[in-house]
Amino acid sequence: MHFDDGQIPEEYTRYIGRKIAVILAGVAVLLVLLVVSVSLGSMSIPLLDVVRTLAGRSVSERLDIIILNIRLPQALTAVAAGAGLAVSGAVMQSVLRNPLGSPFTLGLSHAAAFGAALAVMILGAGTMTSSNAGAVHISSPYTTTGIAFFFCLANAGVIIAVSRLRRSTAEVMVLTGVALGALFTAGTMFLQYFADDMQLAAMVFWTFGDTARASWSELGAIAGVTLLLSLFFQYNSWNYNAIDAGDETARGLGVRVDRVRLLGMLATSLLTAVIVAFLGIIGFVGLVCPHMVRRVIGGDMRFLVPASLVTGAVLLLASDTVARLLLAPHVLPVSVLTAFLGAPVFVALIVRGGRR
Amino acid sequence: MILEINNVSFSYGSIGVLRDVRFSVSPGEVLAILGPNGAGKTTLLKCINAMLRPETGSVLVEGHEVLRLAPSDIARKVGYVAQQSEPARLTVFDAVLMGRRPHIRWKVSERDLMVVDAALKRLGLDSLALRYIDQLSGGEFQKVNIARALVQEPSLLLLDEPTSSLDLKNQIEILSLIRRVVCSHRIAAVMTAHDINSALRHAHKILFLKDGMVFAVCGSRDVTAETVEAVYGVRVEIHHVGSIPLVVPLDGQGE
Repeated sequence: MHFDDGQIPEEYTRYIGRKIAVILAGVAVLLVLLVVSVSLGSMSIPLLDVVRTLAGRSVSERLDIIILNIRLPQALTAVAAGAGLAVSGAVMQSVLRNPLGSPFTLGLSHAAAFGAALAVMILGAGTMTSSNAGAVHISSPYTTTGIAFFFCLANAGVIIAVSRLRRSTAEVMVLTGVALGALFTAGTMFLQYFADDMQLAAMVFWTFGDTARASWSELGAIAGVTLLLSLFFQYNSWNYNAIDAGDETARGLGVRVDRVRLLGMLATSLLTAVIVAFLGIIGFVGLVCPHMVRRVIGGDMRFLVPASLVTGAVLLLASDTVARLLLAPHVLPVSVLTAFLGAPVFVALIVRGGRR
Repeated sequence: MILEINNVSFSYGSIGVLRDVRFSVSPGEVLAILGPNGAGKTTLLKCINAMLRPETGSVLVEGHEVLRLAPSDIARKVGYVAQQSEPARLTVFDAVLMGRRPHIRWKVSERDLMVVDAALKRLGLDSLALRYIDQLSGGEFQKVNIARALVQEPSLLLLDEPTSSLDLKNQIEILSLIRRVVCSHRIAAVMTAHDINSALRHAHKILFLKDGMVFAVCGSRDVTAETVEAVYGVRVEIHHVGSIPLVVPLDGQGE
């Protein structure tokens, strides 16, 4: 065919440029927020000292310890986990063609929590080392992650099976997720009933999603998986766009729809499992972020993926910072705050008819 | 020949849908597949771009056996406009750019942008380029779907009931657009249709499908009342308005 009379459309190029500018602005906000977050806490650190320490110019040994060993890992964990959860939600909403898709609403988080509780109970993978909320110690985190991942996968498998039945609507799929979530919650309760004091405490504290739990090595795992899978999602962004236009249209464009959907669900399950297994359940970030982003820059997955990463990171880091300060000297787990924040938005989505 | 179909048979489980279908389409031709509900029209269309895999037979597009090509290779030869497409929150330009997906890997090239720009201009969509497609009218949205299939730069265009949800003005506009594009680019189009009169008016050739078999293939000017009666089981007369044949059912009047 001869379409050689076209020109580079300037208006469109500018439109794309604006989207990139929005994402870069988000990155800038994130960097500023990171410094602010590290400076705030039970002991306030001047911003300049934070910047100096982060730049590798030590101000004092005490600040080095506070910043590099305590506050920075926690802040970066919030960044990586928020990014991972948000991008998982964006991809799930796309491959399931369902605006209510997210690790939390589809029961994946609960499945992972059940898996982790099972690991704690049966395999003795976790014990409570002290009576403080942040002191739960998962003695073999990779076993826990593995088992949490397995249950995430089982959950995803059931949802895929249901979504492939004919006439399955958005409501049916979300309800399946809710049902599975309830099932796994019941399973977790069952385990808790038979657990001894130490195990019970470990399980309960474990489910409070908390970014204080991660050390550098766990942060590395979360960040690594988030980064790798985000590249995978970015690579697939045209496929996701095509699936958004309908399965048949996507097939007509040469997209192997079933494979893309299956791999997308597998990848988002893995990402969720890693985050949940290390940090516990952090709800609503994955659901809410992609919707906020879609409002601003539209549903094009080429930009929705990076923008969700940035927005999720900003949102969870901000929530985490607020959660640390809100009831100081008590430190609130961030999951409590995200639920308070996310629930009204979730209701708003239902009221608006769940339309994208 | 752009499309040659030989001995194609297909069944869903034990239920046979298509049997020994054969026909061909030349460059510059629009062929309409007509037949009663359940005759296998959409199934036949999906067999052509291997969305469904026929059990027997061959589907040749420009001499290449489609069933042996990878999906993205097929998508570079065959454009498909599905009966239903979802209006996502994409701009018109991005929605059409998606048609370049079989040609894109990581990065959209300048040529991709130019092809989309040219296609939008040709279909009169250029003023809507940055509008979200969930804000378009039905006719505009269908044009976007056709533009998307065109920028795949296919030699064959498949359309599943392209005008089923459109009003009269949009029906005429879309079908004459398809005919114009097919003629000017020397590609071919195969579409399924319900409205026999609009098919006779806009297609060059008609294929009548009955019970999964080709009942007749003929020029749209050569369709006879006997053929229509045998396929649909309805008594009809064919009148000519100018050179355009018009099928008028005789049953069910004035009761």
